[in-house]
Amino acid sequence: MDFDLMFTSFPKLLGATVVTLKLLSASLFFGLIIGLLFAILRINKNIFINKFAYGYSYLFRGTPLLVQIFIIYFGLGQIEYLRSTFIWVILKEPYWCAIIAFTLNTGAYTSEILRSAFQTIKPGIIEAGKSLGIPNKIIFYKIQIPIAIRQSLPAYGNEIILMMKGTSLASTVTLMDLTGVAKYIISTTFKPIEVFIVAGGIYLFMTFIIHNFIKYLEKKYSFSQ
Amino acid sequence: MELLAFGKTGWGDELFYATLMTIVVSVTAIFIGFFFALIFTPLKLSKFKSLNLIGNFYTTVIRGVPELLVIYLFFFGGSGAIMYVASIFGYFEYIEINAFITGSMAIGIISGAYSTEVFRGAIQSIDKGQFEAAKVLGINKFTQFYKIILPQMLRLAIPNLSNVWQITLKDTSLISVTGLVEIMRQSYIAAGSTRDPLFFYCFAAILYLMLTYISMKIINRLEIKYNRGY
Repeated sequence: MDFDLMFTSFPKLLGATVVTLKLLSASLFFGLIIGLLFAILRINKNIFINKFAYGYSYLFRGTPLLVQIFIIYFGLGQIEYLRSTFIWVILKEPYWCAIIAFTLNTGAYTSEILRSAFQTIKPGIIEAGKSLGIPNKIIFYKIQIPIAIRQSLPAYGNEIILMMKGTSLASTVTLMDLTGVAKYIISTTFKPIEVFIVAGGIYLFMTFIIHNFIKYLEKKYSFSQ
Repeated sequence: MELLAFGKTGWGDELFYATLMTIVVSVTAIFIGFFFALIFTPLKLSKFKSLNLIGNFYTTVIRGVPELLVIYLFFFGGSGAIMYVASIFGYFEYIEINAFITGSMAIGIISGAYSTEVFRGAIQSIDKGQFEAAKVLGINKFTQFYKIILPQMLRLAIPNLSNVWQITLKDTSLISVTGLVEIMRQSYIAAGSTRDPLFFYCFAAILYLMLTYISMKIINRLEIKYNRGY
């Protein structure tokens, strides 16, 4: 055990954690919007819209995240047309490519979570709203969405943790996030166990915080108050 | 399409073997995972607090740390650990373990943590009466587990194990960083030498979709088989 290395690498790894957290928060924010949008498309009765949303979630849940990042980072740059448009400003940065890939990936999982939450809402609740003369739109925004969000909290908590672990893949496209820096330190010092303990400890700590935060939210918004 | 030709001109045969490699690694890893799950599930269900602690430590750490980090630990630390053990027995030569063993061990340990949770949940949801009835009939522990608990447990566990399988299959893409030539690595090599990354990575995505689709069909069959009588 090389405790000196653990002490000296801790601040470096902590600095890299900021990158990880930035990636995580950006992709979760955009992913939630996309997920909600596609969940609404999924429960649409029009079969084409429905199938389109299903295809999206199937595509992104059936392939590894690594492939998705590589397609966006290495693949899209190959299209000449894209390079001449303003999109290229975004796509040439590995940071934005990673965020786009993570967003699309977590969006697909979130849409599935929200869809199943929408479908488990008891019809009686919607009927009650209707019989009170509340317009459909308000039923949707004020009754269905809040209930669905509450229902999907436990599953969404898992998704946040999975996404946090997913951000480690950003290190494959040259980003120096927590895993990237950990790998760099390991490959320069050849002390994998010490670095693993420190970096793994930081990840576990974040998992712990997220887990408890979701638990707190679940308690706060539970039905039986 | 010429890019996918078999033989020396295209990448068809290379990608075909790479796909086989992905399947082999996934299957090896999931069985290593089952092996770990069979060790750690009893620990998690044990009456002793200290054994519980060991089981919980394993599943919490592995499920809370990114897969890539675990793979790096095995990749950089694997031969070091083996050499350390060998040095105790008086062997001081350099030992290199190949990427296949490192990769499937790393993925196996990860998938083992998920399998442990699935097994634990399945065993806990079996009616207590089943255990008691077996005890009353004087069936020994071993037969009780293999003939009574396991068949019932599998029925409950298969839907969740199918998730574990999908996770494992997708995780194998990460061992491309260790240089093992599976789908992702082969696409990387092909993309590099033909300067056509878009095509090869999209093709890799199609291969993965195909694998997940086929395995879903097979698992559905298994589910029907184990649901007989329900």
